[in-house]
Amino acid sequence: MEYLKLIGIVIIILGFALHFDTLAVVITAALATGLASGMSITHLLSLLGQGFMDNRMVSLFLITLPMIGVVERHGLKQAAVNGISKLKHLSPGKILNLYLAIREITCAFGIALSGQVQFIRPLINPMAQASASVKGALSPKKVDLIKGQSAAIDNIGNFYAQNLFIASSGVLLMSSTMKSLGHAVSPNEIALYSIPVALIAFVLTFYYNMRFDKKLQN
Amino acid sequence: MNTNNILEFFYMLIGLIMLFSSIESFRDKENPARIGTGLFWLILAVIFAFGEAIPSFIVGILVVLIGVLSLFKQVKVGRIKEVDSKVAEKSAKKLGAWLFFPSVVLAILSVSIGQFTSLGGQVGIGIASVVSLIIAIIMTRSSGKTAYHDSERMVRSVGTAGILPQLLATLGVIFTASGIGDLISKSISGIFPVGNHLLGVILYGVAMAVFTMIMGNAFAAFAVITAGIGIPFIVMQGGSPIVVAALGMTCGYCGTLLTPMAANFNSLPVALMEMKDNLGVIKQQIPIAFSLLAIQIVLMYVLAF
Repeated sequence: MEYLKLIGIVIIILGFALHFDTLAVVITAALATGLASGMSITHLLSLLGQGFMDNRMVSLFLITLPMIGVVERHGLKQAAVNGISKLKHLSPGKILNLYLAIREITCAFGIALSGQVQFIRPLINPMAQASASVKGALSPKKVDLIKGQSAAIDNIGNFYAQNLFIASSGVLLMSSTMKSLGHAVSPNEIALYSIPVALIAFVLTFYYNMRFDKKLQN
Repeated sequence: MNTNNILEFFYMLIGLIMLFSSIESFRDKENPARIGTGLFWLILAVIFAFGEAIPSFIVGILVVLIGVLSLFKQVKVGRIKEVDSKVAEKSAKKLGAWLFFPSVVLAILSVSIGQFTSLGGQVGIGIASVVSLIIAIIMTRSSGKTAYHDSERMVRSVGTAGILPQLLATLGVIFTASGIGDLISKSISGIFPVGNHLLGVILYGVAMAVFTMIMGNAFAAFAVITAGIGIPFIVMQGGSPIVVAALGMTCGYCGTLLTPMAANFNSLPVALMEMKDNLGVIKQQIPIAFSLLAIQIVLMYVLAF
């Protein structure tokens, strides 16, 4: 019954898919896997504690938060908003391309913008819609397309650039996991090898945004 | 003083910030789960600051306790003092782009310390964080008291999600110790030939994307798929572990772009902007997700071998 060990993976998949409490799902999966592979409770708890201690590095990004908190209270996001809102009279595709660049660069410097809430809804989507409606009223379908495209650009910029910042939780998780799998890799090396994907994602999305302008005109 | 001792000092600092969050959570009268939330941060503060001196068995029990608190909804963000928009607006006008300066210092200094000294990347992050915090405080003329509140506010608003990556890495340790990776690779190698580099790379990239789609979380998929497929099918065949890690995670993100399970990214904007099409965000992401996945698989093949 070696396959019983896979119960942990089943718990993870079902737990995440059914939106159960995430921390509880992960811990339950860990406990179930250990028990199914025949560990004693004491051994399992020791392993859990040791594993958690050995991976404290993954939470090292928390130490960057006080600085971000201080600059945020002094208007970090307002400064970004002021910069972006100067970009009037551009086509939707161009607005989105500039936002993509800003999102990738800030991500690379560890600045989490919570873009959907603070930029896409109040700023980027209205700006894109306004510039698209210069040539006439927009159909409800086109309005929805612009909203979807704006949200998509935030996700893409965020995902493919965040690994450029060595103190991001993703990079620390990769480095720590690779170490525990017996193939240690430093955060610096991961950030270095994340550069090609960040650039490719940028170029590809840039082109996609330019085509989006053409699509809106039809 | 060796690197580990320095790193231990930074873990104590993290413990201290968590203690701030714990104190403020206990004091937050408007939070119905203030005791649980305060305990949550207190336990983490103790583990981070003094974990080295506590037997692993006890740390394990404390970790389970964190899970129990979270399971019974006893950890809530509570009331966090919002940034005063008037103060922020005024200061943004005055400081402008300089507000980004501490972040630039943080990124450049941490990479440089990791690259050019023997201290390593993690110590680099610690030192750079402290330096950039001091710069930010001087630049904005903050007092110690407001810096305290900025710290606890940030950590509390990150909440339980902030500790999830570390728990997922811990799950990876349990999986490894239980031989899950071996088991998966043994089962798959019955169907796919081990040793074919291209096939291994395709299998890993696609599995990362698909598992991320199912779970809605690339971090969770990473530990499982890298142990089961990335290591045996690519790294053990001579592939570079750096490339496997860096590109494996971003292949997972291609899955994130395609799944309604990633609610924060794909459903939240639908609700925020009152879109008519529930899948409107995902539909716009499909072309990018598929082309990036294909490109990354080729890139992984070229760079890893």
